[in-house]
Amino acid sequence: MSENPMIKIYLYSKFERFWHWAQALLIFLLLLTGFEVHGTYTLFGFEAAVEIHNFTGIAWLVLYIFIVFWLLTTGEWRQYIPTTRKLFAVAKYYAVDIFQGKPHPVQKAKEAKHNPLQRLTYLGLSAILLPVQMGTGLLYYTYNSWGRWGLEGIFSLSAIALIHFALAFLILSFLIVHIYMTTTGHSLSAHVKAMWSGWEEVEEGTAIEDWEKAGGKI
Amino acid sequence: MFRHENCLKVAKSLSFVPNSGGIAIAHSLYNENTLIYLWDKEVRVKKVGSRKVLIPFLSHVGCVSLALMLLFSAPGWAQEEEMQADAPGRILARQATQDKTSWITADHSRFEALQKEFNSGPEVTRACLTCHNDAASQFHETIHWTWLDPYSEKGITGKGGLSVNNFCISIHSNEPRCTSCHAGYGWKDKNFDFTQQDKVDCLICHEQTGTYKKFPTKAGRVVSEPTLFKGNGKTYTPPDWNKVAQSVARPTRKNCGTCHFSGGGGDGVKHGDMDSSLFKPDKKLDVHMGTDGQDFDCIRCHTTTRHQIAGRIYSTPAVTHRKSLIEDDLIPKIRCESCHSATPHKEAKINDHTDKVGCQSCHIPTFARVEPTKMWWDWSKAGEKKNGKPYTIDGPFGKHTYNTKKGEFKWDKNVVPEYFWFNGSINTLTAIDKIDPSGVVRVSWPEGSRDDPDSRITPFKVHRGKQPYDTVNKTILIPHLFGKKESGAFWGNFDWKLALESGMAYAELPFSGEFDFVETTYVFPTTHMVAPKEDALRCEACHSSDGRMAGLAGFYMPGRDSNDPVEMAGWAIVLLSLGGVILHGLGRSFFRKNGGSGRK
Repeated sequence: MSENPMIKIYLYSKFERFWHWAQALLIFLLLLTGFEVHGTYTLFGFEAAVEIHNFTGIAWLVLYIFIVFWLLTTGEWRQYIPTTRKLFAVAKYYAVDIFQGKPHPVQKAKEAKHNPLQRLTYLGLSAILLPVQMGTGLLYYTYNSWGRWGLEGIFSLSAIALIHFALAFLILSFLIVHIYMTTTGHSLSAHVKAMWSGWEEVEEGTAIEDWEKAGGKI
Repeated sequence: MFRHENCLKVAKSLSFVPNSGGIAIAHSLYNENTLIYLWDKEVRVKKVGSRKVLIPFLSHVGCVSLALMLLFSAPGWAQEEEMQADAPGRILARQATQDKTSWITADHSRFEALQKEFNSGPEVTRACLTCHNDAASQFHETIHWTWLDPYSEKGITGKGGLSVNNFCISIHSNEPRCTSCHAGYGWKDKNFDFTQQDKVDCLICHEQTGTYKKFPTKAGRVVSEPTLFKGNGKTYTPPDWNKVAQSVARPTRKNCGTCHFSGGGGDGVKHGDMDSSLFKPDKKLDVHMGTDGQDFDCIRCHTTTRHQIAGRIYSTPAVTHRKSLIEDDLIPKIRCESCHSATPHKEAKINDHTDKVGCQSCHIPTFARVEPTKMWWDWSKAGEKKNGKPYTIDGPFGKHTYNTKKGEFKWDKNVVPEYFWFNGSINTLTAIDKIDPSGVVRVSWPEGSRDDPDSRITPFKVHRGKQPYDTVNKTILIPHLFGKKESGAFWGNFDWKLALESGMAYAELPFSGEFDFVETTYVFPTTHMVAPKEDALRCEACHSSDGRMAGLAGFYMPGRDSNDPVEMAGWAIVLLSLGGVILHGLGRSFFRKNGGSGRK
């Protein structure tokens, strides 16, 4: 247990926070309507569910393009470079140390917003899972144009639908764990508050190692 | 608002056929600030001001703020601005049918030829032919006269050929009864001379008094003195020939309906989507024919050239191309697309259906919505008597469920159709085709498949029943039904063997003498009784696991189909995640209470 006092640092810029919560809303709506379109339950009615799903899906695609653009131009993409250093320490923290009240092995800082486990998860999510989900979604949406685009015979709707459906489970699973993980800060709501206000409370004087820094020279 | 150069510009830019016809269409469409045009084969409708003709397609691209992008991106990608109140297909169809002026230039009541005294139908026909001297020879070429499929081997396909059904099965040996619906006079047996011009019955299709009625058992003739028909208890009277002859005009639905609403010998027996309720339907029953709406006659869609009336003939589709009037204004207007185009809806996703789903599938939610239709006819039960006499049993809807002459019936109302892939072609069994009696025999069936670009999912009435077949020759048998006792007819003797021997001998077909009854199906595409748009099926009717498309295989359909392993694995992962975080949370709370705690 650390004795250092807590200080607030401005960790998440306005755009990051907007993107995070907009994305949260879109993902929530997409999951909600997606499972209805699949036939899991009836909530909005099929037609409304499809319309909401298509609208939010395209909206997310637009947002995603902006996010990628922002990440590239600000250099923040480096926050997502995967590393194995301290990866196991972080994993051990969540598996064992957290129950013993031990401190998190990797502190948050402006230059290192994500711990190694987060980096890996978010990279996998935003570089593989989400693009594939958007791609399959877009193909699903434009099914009627496949013939005109010469895609007939290359894809099958059932395969596209199946991938889209399978990945939805992974996103839902991520969402559950992600929401739970927000409670593992120094208080149950600390991380959520930080994501809302931009200010994260961290212990003063925590040294950020060079390798952790996003903009840093690695 | 209306500027000729705009019309020219539109006509050219939208690749209308570069002749006056194309420009004329552009003219007629470009009015009242509404522009209808083709864009990538899609019909689009737009309100336009006097200055702008085409609003740039991707007008949203200019949006700079993210919020705007988020707001407009989806509709901007998918469809045009929706400034019009109505769907494009409606506006298009309305414009195509708005002209209701009659341009008939003759008043038949003033023709001298129709003033003289007539005593029979053929005399009237001869009078008609004095002016319309090509009419009979034109008519002789049509299926309404020959009852034969003009597109197949002569004499095989058609009622007049060897095609069979599972109602009264075949006309052979039963002519005088069946041909009361022939547009001719005197087809009482197979010796009828089809080359006689004056045997054409012009009046049944053209007279407008409603007083001209063919007697049900007189081979298409009218009576010369009042006669009672025991079958329906009605007395038929001779017509006032001059009045009837002078009333002639283009056929109305009364003319067509007289026969076509009673196919199979009674109201609603055959078609589920055509019965007497269409004489004066409201919009709710038929949005096109509704007397409180468009009030269409049959020939509004069944357009006609030289007495050839547009419509499917057995395996020949009504038309083989799917074009709208914008693309070709000389096509028969028999398809929905003719007037409504293939992209009639406002919503792009719904238009995405029209390449695979027939309009009727959603827009005719059920058939026989007012009058009941026959769904089952079991000939094997026919011939039973009560106290030695033929009898009938009354059932629901005021219809018989049993009749000694015909067997067992089932009637139904508001029937949900069955759905099949359909390319406009229906195959029909003939009395010389071999059948496989081990299962249900398809007497007629729709052609089409998922992979055929001309096929659409289409609703059908399927009429089921049991009918006699030759157990040795494996063919459907033709019974001699109508006739006197000594002729061997079933309705005279109630003896199947006699009736079948007589019928098959008359048709000059072999009969082993051994027979049994086999269950059969007969299909009718459901295409009339189009409901108003608010009554069209909702998505869920088909996009659900137990929906109307449950029986169609070979393609993936959202909301209907799934993949069990993926579904199970997916939920397992979700449940494991949920269970994992719950256990983790409980663990943290437990250890926090027992000394160790989170970071504090």
